Amino acid sequence: MMEGMEAIVREHRFFADLDDDFVKLIAGCARNVRFNAGDYLFRAGEPANEFYLLRHGRVALDIAVPGRGMITIETVSAGEIVGVSWLLPPYRWDHDTRAVELVRAIGMDAKCLRQKCDADHDVGYEMMLRFVPILVDRLRALRLQLLDVYGTHG
Amino acid sequence: MALAADPMAPIAARVARVRRELKDVWTIDIEVGSGGFPFAPGQFNMLYSFGVGEAAISISGDPARPNTLVHTVRAVGKVSGALTRLKPGEFVGLRGPFGAGWPIDVAVGSDVVLVAGGLGLAPLRPALYRLLATRENYGRIVLLCGARSPRDILFRIELERWRRRLDIDIEVTVDHAAPDWRGNVGVVTTLIGRAAFDRHHTVAMVCGPEIMMRFAASELVNAGVSDEAIYLSMERNMKCAIGHCGHCQFGGDFICKDGPVLTYRHLRDRLARSEI
Ligand SMILES: Cc1cc2nc3c(=O)[nH]c(=O)nc-3n(C[C@H](O)[C@H](O)[C@H](O)COP(=O)(O)OP(=O)(O)OC[C@H]3O[C@@H](n4cnc5c(N)ncnc54)[C@H](O)[C@@H]3O)c2cc1C
Ligand code: FES
Repeated sequence: MMEGMEAIVREHRFFADLDDDFVKLIAGCARNVRFNAGDYLFRAGEPANEFYLLRHGRVALDIAVPGRGMITIETVSAGEIVGVSWLLPPYRWDHDTRAVELVRAIGMDAKCLRQKCDADHDVGYEMMLRFVPILVDRLRALRLQLLDVYGTHG
Repeated sequence: MALAADPMAPIAARVARVRRELKDVWTIDIEVGSGGFPFAPGQFNMLYSFGVGEAAISISGDPARPNTLVHTVRAVGKVSGALTRLKPGEFVGLRGPFGAGWPIDVAVGSDVVLVAGGLGLAPLRPALYRLLATRENYGRIVLLCGARSPRDILFRIELERWRRRLDIDIEVTVDHAAPDWRGNVGVVTTLIGRAAFDRHHTVAMVCGPEIMMRFAASELVNAGVSDEAIYLSMERNMKCAIGHCGHCQFGGDFICKDGPVLTYRHLRDRLARSEI
């Protein structure tokens, strides 16, 4: 079972070229999960205990906007990662994440991974090297989104 | 239709059809008679609303059907607003076609990635018609479209039709949506990293608001496309459209004559400087 998980972890783009020992360590925090269309992976306000590496399907990140109801601010697709709030205190989600269609993912136990990063800083550094580019990409996309370029000047 | 001998003198052409695309965007078909009005994808015309004024508008129709000249216009001000209020049977002043278009021939043998933001799909549509008409000359064809929201997606029916073809990859994304939208949400640049193309043999054509083109070009470079294989269609205020008046000057170029389509390598340093 464990070996199967290692193979699945290794296949995901996020863990590409990761050392065998690291894969083994990380697979210990991983499990296979499945969500049907409309299921929530997590809700705003809940503790960020698990984040997801999508293997199949698309999820929507929803935020409640007073007066406008729920707005989808981003979708994330197979090969990508959902959830960064597990990285830093207070470890709580600030948006809902909903499966738009059937989703298969690797669920990563955030506490387990945080403990492994704390115990072995090489693991922690490797994780940061992989997470920081994702954060930077999202920040860049967010900037463009904030500019609302297709408004009257689109 | 024979072009006027004087490129500054508009010809009066009859409006055949006007259809609303989006809340503030209309497509106008202009009859140009049996002689046709040959143009290259990416070129633009100066359309003159009699008594109001003239605006540069890209040709958005099929270059293989030169008898009907198609333009897609967003009403943003005096001239564009008047153009969108034209009725079938009325006349519009026309001069053109002007400028350097998309690198359709340069792209032969390569994958082609088209990145359109908002109304930017209109100037790219003739390129897509041409690419699909000679499909066998190209590798993968990828069209990435961004819009503000689902109801702002231009040419939606046609996009759905193209999507059913097996020889083109189309992805559409919107900046935000209500939860009943099942497609992508996020800026158009996020589609670039997910798209499949051979970065060593790709020609990219990008059209949209300037800031979006800048972000898209830098994302294409991040994806491994060389900056000389990335083409952007620039917009600057135009008057003469033939390289005389200097209105459209952008650094050392006149956008009307040297552009509007130019490579990112050529534009890159100037694009980051807002005062130009
Ligand atoms: C090569 C080229 C191709 C173009 N192709 C198209 C096209 O296919 N379809 C189309 O609708 N437009 C196109 N444009 C833009 C179009 O020429 C202008 O929108 C038009 O000239 C505006 O004139 P106006 O009198 O309606 O507005 P103005 O009275 O001049 O301006 C009214 C307001 O609109 C703003 N504005 C001006 N231009 C734009 C713009 N491009 N986008 C958003 N806001 C603007 C102004 O800042 C002002 O606030 C193109 C421009 C160029 C240079
Ligand atoms: S519009 Fe006159 S030089 Fe370009």
